Amino acid sequence: MKNSFISIFQSLYQSLRDLYPIILVIGFFQIVVLQQAIPHLLQILSGALFVVVGLSLFVQGLQMGLFPIGESMAYAFARKGSLFWLLIFSFALGFGTTIAEPALIAVADEAADVAAAGGIIVDTYVAKKSYADGLRFTVAFSVGLALIIGVLRILRGWPIQYLIVGGYIGIVIMTAFAPEEIIGIAYDSGGVTTSTITVPLVAALGVGLASSIKGRNPMVDGFGLIAFASLTPMFFVMLYGMLR
Amino acid sequence: MTEFLGQLLAVTIDTVFDVLPIVLIIFGFQFLVIRKPVPHLKQVVLGFIYVLLGLSFFLVGLEQALFPIGKLMASQLTDPLFIYGSLENVPKFFHWSDYKWVYIFAASIGFSTTIAEPSLLAVAIKAQEVSAGTISVWGLRIAVAIGVAFGIALGTYRIVSGAPLHYYIMAGYVVVIVQTFFAPKMIIALAYDSGGVTTSTVTVPLVTALGLGLASTVPGRSALLDGFGLIAFASLFPIISVMAYAQLSQWWSLRERKKN
Repeated sequence: MKNSFISIFQSLYQSLRDLYPIILVIGFFQIVVLQQAIPHLLQILSGALFVVVGLSLFVQGLQMGLFPIGESMAYAFARKGSLFWLLIFSFALGFGTTIAEPALIAVADEAADVAAAGGIIVDTYVAKKSYADGLRFTVAFSVGLALIIGVLRILRGWPIQYLIVGGYIGIVIMTAFAPEEIIGIAYDSGGVTTSTITVPLVAALGVGLASSIKGRNPMVDGFGLIAFASLTPMFFVMLYGMLR
Repeated sequence: MTEFLGQLLAVTIDTVFDVLPIVLIIFGFQFLVIRKPVPHLKQVVLGFIYVLLGLSFFLVGLEQALFPIGKLMASQLTDPLFIYGSLENVPKFFHWSDYKWVYIFAASIGFSTTIAEPSLLAVAIKAQEVSAGTISVWGLRIAVAIGVAFGIALGTYRIVSGAPLHYYIMAGYVVVIVQTFFAPKMIIALAYDSGGVTTSTVTVPLVTALGLGLASTVPGRSALLDGFGLIAFASLFPIISVMAYAQLSQWWSLRERKKN
């Protein structure tokens, strides 16, 4: 019990560390540049407190359960077992972690609000919820697919740059056909997907894989999974925008 | 207070469904494929309860603090009263340089959050090991932070100017492809990854709100068409700056060797 208190304080400290550069920069601009009082200061401060507490609890919970199991599982699947199950696991890992990614939930909701305000979808709770969920499922599917491609690349030793350049070409072609209002959110979804939950688990998968194959450098070949995971969502969100 | 509790409860119910897939996946694979009981089951279950509560608090806090402050900064920094001093000085057509504080603010947020990003530090330490010291921890961190800062600042300029997002991104892709031919091979995968790693859970909502706020306050822009895209800039430019840094440090060390 005492240990878990200490680790909660550690994750509180870590979340504060995430937030303090933002507080410093905004504080500087408010006091020195804008010289204005912040409206609703109390609400913003209490909200910031929620962000810190929430993020700490979230990370603490991940470290207690999901991370150790997920990492040892990723490692076990990468070291032995059939290719089939490895690929299924990679897809499931990418999909499941992306659906629970906090930044993606927030941005998808915001995108739905903007789409409703812009008249793209009906301005009701149900319509917005289904638009946001559609976005998130599309992104999660893309990340799952990206991990399959990334795992195959590590196993087969394909050079990463050809795949990335191929992906860029695909995105450029899609951009020509996608509706204008989806392009911004599609391009953003690449960077949004990969944060708190996805990165540690995906890194464990990559390093486990590369270290289990002879002649591969875990540091060099283990990288690259995140790169695919930030590329495929752009392609598929544009497709979502076209088909929806 | 009751309103807040209701909001928290509603968000918590939503997050149950957000966390459910990963719970099913982990337990499903554990029972069906690995066929061993979960070690420390009690602790794991408690962990998931923390995850649920944490996610709910985070999302409520986001709605109350990060989104409003991002939009507030955007509207205050683009306020004609702030830019031109008084309403009489407001010109008929604005010049992009009138919004200089927006660009400076965007760059500062990008630089400071990236330098403080813990996952980037972990990657930088690995990169130093792989490269046998050619790439230094601080060098890489500064390279990525400059990439993000420049990316977000350019992204805000794009929103102000209203040019199509994909022209910028495509130009960026061309630079990345050209650099890939010349950059040291071992840095390439790391550079591609650094684009996705840098934008943390706290930074993404704030930067998104800044973009949407800008697009809705700058005259002639719409949040729907121009508001998004800052994150895309923040993920693309670190790729360029990391490869540039690797090229530079390779060039430096070659020159040093020639001297000796």
